[in-house]
Amino acid sequence: MMHWASVGDFFAMGGYAFYVWGSYAVTAVAIAIEIAVLVKRGRRARAQISHG
Amino acid sequence: MNLKVHWYYYAAPSTFYRLAGRAIPWFAVAAAILGVIGLYISFFVAPTDFQQGEAYRVIFIHVPAAWMSMFLYVVMAFWAAVGLAFNTRLSSMMASAIAPTGALMPFLALWTGSLWGKPMWGTWWVWDARLTSELILLFLYIGFMALQAAIDDPRRADKAGAVIALVGVINVPIIYFSVQWWNTLHQGASVSLTSSPSMAKTMLLGMLIMALAFWMYSIAAAFARCRAIILERERTSDWVKALKEGE
Repeated sequence: MMHWASVGDFFAMGGYAFYVWGSYAVTAVAIAIEIAVLVKRGRRARAQISHG
Repeated sequence: MNLKVHWYYYAAPSTFYRLAGRAIPWFAVAAAILGVIGLYISFFVAPTDFQQGEAYRVIFIHVPAAWMSMFLYVVMAFWAAVGLAFNTRLSSMMASAIAPTGALMPFLALWTGSLWGKPMWGTWWVWDARLTSELILLFLYIGFMALQAAIDDPRRADKAGAVIALVGVINVPIIYFSVQWWNTLHQGASVSLTSSPSMAKTMLLGMLIMALAFWMYSIAAAFARCRAIILERERTSDWVKALKEGE
């Protein structure tokens, strides 16, 4: 099932590296940002609860 | 035996807050596992496309993102409508919680589509019916969030948001059928309910598993955001004040 001759071959994506990795990288970054924002918002919301 | 479903029990933000807190790790783990399997199939199992070479591998995020962009919009509009009709505040909070994750999906669909379009069509963008209606979907999500952010009273913001969300629903079938109704550059559906898929089985499998991963992720993200919204809005209520550390 492995159709990549080498690691370099894999990263080259048959000459479409920029387009393929550009898609996956932006998706990964976007999801990472959303998770970070969510964690921060959750913490802030909890911190603002006035116990008493 | 009392078979009555206690809708109002589950509609209480305090109940949902605890249920969602317990459910989020499961959805997050499911998203991660499906994501790893989906990526493995996308890059190591699915064959090279005989026409598009390796560039087609963009579809493993493009199609799931495009599906989720429409699906999440309908779910968001549904909860907004329920909130509007029954005045249940949790429903409206859920709609607001879905919006940012929803907006991410048309952005990713357009971004990846653009990166695929450049080598395949020779252009980053065309004002084609499918692309334009998907861009309008992104603007609808942004409009929904901007409108709600502009109104101070949360309940009024919920109602105003619900109106824009409901009006925008009309755009979803337009996106879906755009490739049939207009002569577009965008290709027709590779997967449909009425005919067998026009692609290799492993490609289809990778796409479906990635779509499931996106789905699970969206649920986890929307639940996490909804919990934060509940705390922000119900800060002064007794049940929130009684919450223990880590609850």
